[in-house]
Amino acid sequence: MNMTSRRRVTHSIIFVLLLIGAVFMIGPLLWMLSTSFKDKQDVFALPPVWIPRPFHFDKYSEIWEAGPLLSGIKNSLIIAVTVTVVGTFTSSLAAFSFSKLRFPGKNKIFLLMLSSLMIPYPAVMIPQFFMFSKLGWIDTLLPLIVPGLFGNIVMIFFLRQYLSSVPNAIIEAAKIDGSSYFRLYSSITFPLIKPAVAAQLILWFMGIWNDYLSPIIYLNSPEKQTLQLVIANFNATYAIQTDYPLIMAASIIALLPMLIIFLVFQKQIIESVAISGVKG
Amino acid sequence: MNAKLGLYRKEKIYGFLFILPPLLGLLIFTLYPMIYSIYGSFTDWDGLGQMNFIGLGNFTDLWSDELFHKALFNTLFMMLGIPIGITLALLLALGLNRGVPGTTAFRVIYYVPVISSLAAVSIMWNWAYNGDYGLVNQFLDLFGISGPNWMANKYTVKPALIIMAVWKGLGYTMLLYLAALQSVSRSYYEAAELDGANGFQSFWHITWPMVRPVTFFIIVTNIIGGSQIFTEMNIMTPTGGPEYASASVVFYIWQKAFGNFQMGYASAMAVFLGVFIFVVTLIQFRMNEKQSFDVD
Repeated sequence: MNMTSRRRVTHSIIFVLLLIGAVFMIGPLLWMLSTSFKDKQDVFALPPVWIPRPFHFDKYSEIWEAGPLLSGIKNSLIIAVTVTVVGTFTSSLAAFSFSKLRFPGKNKIFLLMLSSLMIPYPAVMIPQFFMFSKLGWIDTLLPLIVPGLFGNIVMIFFLRQYLSSVPNAIIEAAKIDGSSYFRLYSSITFPLIKPAVAAQLILWFMGIWNDYLSPIIYLNSPEKQTLQLVIANFNATYAIQTDYPLIMAASIIALLPMLIIFLVFQKQIIESVAISGVKG
Repeated sequence: MNAKLGLYRKEKIYGFLFILPPLLGLLIFTLYPMIYSIYGSFTDWDGLGQMNFIGLGNFTDLWSDELFHKALFNTLFMMLGIPIGITLALLLALGLNRGVPGTTAFRVIYYVPVISSLAAVSIMWNWAYNGDYGLVNQFLDLFGISGPNWMANKYTVKPALIIMAVWKGLGYTMLLYLAALQSVSRSYYEAAELDGANGFQSFWHITWPMVRPVTFFIIVTNIIGGSQIFTEMNIMTPTGGPEYASASVVFYIWQKAFGNFQMGYASAMAVFLGVFIFVVTLIQFRMNEKQSFDVD
């Protein structure tokens, strides 16, 4: 066999293996989608039914009455949007300062921040809970919002790395022109790092949207809960009644927004993840 | 001269002002609670009454607490998924790196579980592991294997969670490897080929050493993430599983703190977890130092 045909054979084998792998990766999610359209008979059918006959869409209307799904989405959105918008501003401003401005103790403070990444959330969650309970913030969205407003150290780290490729000369020239420090950030640096900011913002948004541990600590009343808690409660309630189509429909609702965001921004997200791994 | 001095002073002030929010956030929401956690771990803190100093009492209790041992064992056992995930991800990345058709589509498909909500996929896998109607056993049926009721059996509940964790994280690890592979210069392989190296030899002597920093990063971040595993067990086995076989350390902390209000005791576990992660990260730094010597 010559080189090219041997190459073609290995390529085909790899392609088939990747395809089989892809079926295992996406299969469970497709099954979830298919279950959400099934009636009771199809759900428990053996062998499994992949394409329901006929499709039942009624679970997707039923879920809105079965639990506080809408307020769950609203709460998740309020938290994620507020935190990422304000937090991205504070984070990118700090990254600019760490990267382009001179002030004493800068590197020490940056190292302190980086080393704090080692502290896991479970190690601080109990005192945090009491801090917020003293303020009377339990069962409100505030404990999930306020800490994020101060910025995100991973984002600062990433943007600072990214900023190192922005030449200092641009900043110095603008400084000499008498531009204010905030303007240096807002009209020179920020536009240059926009793609990196966008990718980081999306990743952060997804993290908050999918978070489970902190909401379960702070939120009790059903109408205050985030989407993830609402669907977990769906599971607890309807699994006993074995209404799996309903649970799966709710789960699809929880997945869909992130899936759409991912498909739209997959290039930026994948790049951002790849860079953070290689540089980290 | 004066103007220049003034400019620098202004820069000092603004530089510090701009980092003030994250610095304050760090002090208020991380450092202060951490110190409080450490302090609390030496007390009988119950969240209501006084905090009495009891020395190492909580830690000696941990030493003899069977449930804590189980939770710790479960958490460590679940980390068996890390080498499995790394092996599969590297194989996938190697496959994708050869430029087979549909690379972008594969990348997206393998990454979809990563961005999916853990709560939603936990619910889905819980249903997939159902003994009678679950997808997993129906699949095994095709090969004439009758599967167990995965989540209700103390021997299968952990493997079941590992399989799910590998599935969930595979795309992320694959992506990191893919990025690393793409930064390896082709000339190394060409030189190896000239020297008559076979495929395995060039993998073992070029690829594997070149992706070592990424492997390291993955191992460390996976250990840190794995030691904090919580959502899956909370949703799939809300009581900790058969004979507490799927409770994790964070699950136990959460139960003790917010279920039983044994805040001091839970803090001791949280401190234990923090120290564990600190040690893992420290080892990483040490190994990284060594590695840079190797490369030189």
